[in-house]
Amino acid sequence: MHIPDGYLSPQTYIPLYGASVVFWGMAMKRLKKELSDKEIPYLAMAGVFSFLIQMFNIPIPGGTTGHAVGASITALILGPWAALIAVSTVLIIQALVFGDGGITAIGANCFNMAVVIPFVSYWVFRLIAGNRDSKKRVYTGAFLAGYTGLTAGALLTAIEFGIQPLIAHDQTGNPLYAPYPLKIAIPAMALEHMLLFSIIEGILTAGILRYFMKHEPQSVYALKGGTA
Amino acid sequence: MTTFQKRLLLFLFILAILTPAGMILPEVFKAGDAWGEWGIDTIQEMLGFVPEGMKKLSELWKAPLPDYSLPDDGQSLSSQIISYILSGIIGAIITGGIIFIFARLNKRKVKD
Repeated sequence: MHIPDGYLSPQTYIPLYGASVVFWGMAMKRLKKELSDKEIPYLAMAGVFSFLIQMFNIPIPGGTTGHAVGASITALILGPWAALIAVSTVLIIQALVFGDGGITAIGANCFNMAVVIPFVSYWVFRLIAGNRDSKKRVYTGAFLAGYTGLTAGALLTAIEFGIQPLIAHDQTGNPLYAPYPLKIAIPAMALEHMLLFSIIEGILTAGILRYFMKHEPQSVYALKGGTA
Repeated sequence: MTTFQKRLLLFLFILAILTPAGMILPEVFKAGDAWGEWGIDTIQEMLGFVPEGMKKLSELWKAPLPDYSLPDDGQSLSSQIISYILSGIIGAIITGGIIFIFARLNKRKVKD
């Protein structure tokens, strides 16, 4: 899901940079209002978790690879705005230091993975789990938060890839950037995530939430009834 | 630091040690690149050409530790594994450090 340099046209990556900058600004304002001293170590650890879990490339035998992002569990425990900052930091370091994701695509990758995944995950969790004490709803909600969050991020990435041949080609119709149209990009990205990678993000989200519920239930942001 | 936080740190450390699974398993199962993250050579093979814009942008940035490996990490599996783990630890420390400092500068100002 890390779009490299050369796959997106400027008319795609520039607006997505703009969108991410707006969200970074909003997130910083939010942190200045909400982030407490005792949450800071957790935020740093959430970023480390997201960074490391993305190194676990999961193979589809004979095909392709993918991985979880760890953005969903961060959104549930620390809130979507804090997750936005943690995951964006991870993505920027991945691009600059490890060449994972392009420099021109930092805005797009942050929008897809650090904005969309945390917010979709948070809303899905709140919708299903609410503020209730039903454990079943909390863990079902957490699984589906991870599952739908990662799938939404993948789908948006596929759309960004898939519109390139439409908006950027030369006179003979050859693509200038990502070559595959929507009808190839969407099924490829959506299916591999829905059948494997999103399930793993879901299991991680529910599993880690369970660990927090056991040891520090009061620290789970998504169960405090705050608004995103 | 609380006991719970110490346990989380230990969990992260174990995770860092286990990361080579994410490098080895895709090779064992002959899984290729992630969809949409092919290198220029692979694109050339897949399409028979490299799109013009892609050619221009793809070499824009030379990352110091490309693909989570240290420079000159050798060809043997064990040195690749160590290189992958060390890259992970370096990345983890940079990530954790930057977020920690950033969060200290941007936290809520009132005491809790």
